[in-house]
Amino acid sequence: MKRIILEYKQVDLILTRIAHQLIENHGDFSNTALLALQPRGILFGKSIRARIKELFDIEVTYGELDTTFHRDDFRRTDKPLLPSAVNIDFQIEDKRIILIDDVLYTGRSIRAALDAVNDYGRPSSIELVTLINRKYNREVPIQPDYVGEHIDSRIDDYVKVDWEDNNCKVWIITDKLD
Amino acid sequence: MSLLSTKHLLGIKDISTADIQLILTTAKNFKEVINRPIKKVPSLRDVTIANVFFENSTRTKISFELAEKRLSADTVNFSSGSSSVKKGETLLDTVNNILAMKVDMVVMRHPAPGAHQFLSRHIDATIINAGDGTHEHPTQALLDTYSLQEKIGDLKDKKIVIVGDILHSRVALSNIYCLQKLGAKVRVCGPPTLLPKHISSLGVEVSHNLRDSLEWCDAANMLRIQLERQEDKYFPSLREYSLQYGVTFPLLQSLKKEIVLMHPGPINRGVEITSEVADSDQSIILNQVENGVAVRMSVLYLLAARGTSDEK
Repeated sequence: MKRIILEYKQVDLILTRIAHQLIENHGDFSNTALLALQPRGILFGKSIRARIKELFDIEVTYGELDTTFHRDDFRRTDKPLLPSAVNIDFQIEDKRIILIDDVLYTGRSIRAALDAVNDYGRPSSIELVTLINRKYNREVPIQPDYVGEHIDSRIDDYVKVDWEDNNCKVWIITDKLD
Repeated sequence: MSLLSTKHLLGIKDISTADIQLILTTAKNFKEVINRPIKKVPSLRDVTIANVFFENSTRTKISFELAEKRLSADTVNFSSGSSSVKKGETLLDTVNNILAMKVDMVVMRHPAPGAHQFLSRHIDATIINAGDGTHEHPTQALLDTYSLQEKIGDLKDKKIVIVGDILHSRVALSNIYCLQKLGAKVRVCGPPTLLPKHISSLGVEVSHNLRDSLEWCDAANMLRIQLERQEDKYFPSLREYSLQYGVTFPLLQSLKKEIVLMHPGPINRGVEITSEVADSDQSIILNQVENGVAVRMSVLYLLAARGTSDEK
């Protein structure tokens, strides 16, 4: 079974809400950078950056981080672990970093991201934004600071984030049990 | 294509074009890694690699070692000069003894062509060829190709000439295979005595005229005269060789277009190319060295990934 959990309109509202929450904590973003995680956090990250620009006319420092070489399942999974590009053209040292990903599930990708960020310097702080927080099945003690939507899901469910142009829809797929 | 089709890297001849492309694409990511403030990633922290060198090497050995360390692998080094090989131990025994210490991968250079093929049939560890006699030197070809792509883009229909001692060169053979698999046109150029008799059967053009070849090509790979492998005299004198087949700055400037110059090192300055040429903007010799680490990281990473999926 496949059902929609977030429609375009809802994701649009979430973007506006998260932009407001971020501006509340980071002011003019002069010492803050958004860092979207490859590959699936990129479109969400770009949308947040665009929304902040649209609402507050602030050009936020933005980069893209790949965590492949820091993942803990290399040589432990049959899935290929191939890297994506890193785009960071600013100094991480002493910056306030906001990591952005689409779905937070086991937390292992974020753990890898925390390690990967440190390869570029020591940020003064790191926060996490996620569009979807799958509340259960966390395997490491990591929690998001800003969340689009909390959902309850079973371990066999699959959450799919569909971007079409700049619009986003989120599905939950529960085929395996139904 | 997401995994290499091979468990070992024995030569370029045995791997597919998709394998080459996967290695080169992944190398781009590793080049980014080695330019970070912290140049090390933890991917291979549970992998032990033995660098087994039965022949002298400076840059290949250092390059592999750096690549291994930047992937967080544990490494052990072995060179034949200071080992039991001197006491008469066979290749298989030597390597089996090293493997008994739980080594996952073996990077080997050996003077005998085919030593790696032989070993791959007898041991379980992943084997990477770091040069076997006058046969192949696959990682050199991959890093040459990577450096070329970086400089002149897609190699399809690009013209590359390999100049010099083709007969004794493992770099030449690996480069020919690699460039051809990526769609480039390859020519070899050198004195008749230094070109293997049936080299044209590999589908390469053959020339004995350096100026003509440089006018023809987009890039020239200048090979080292391997005096240590030459038991007989193949040309009257080094001076004569360098007059006919050495690239000088005036020669380079007199060409109708700008070409890229490569050299796998170590350079005999004043023989294959003059210092002026080696240090000019058209030379990518030091880029080749830097890219060597990234390409070898890519090879080690992809083979390590492959190693586990076999076990499962």
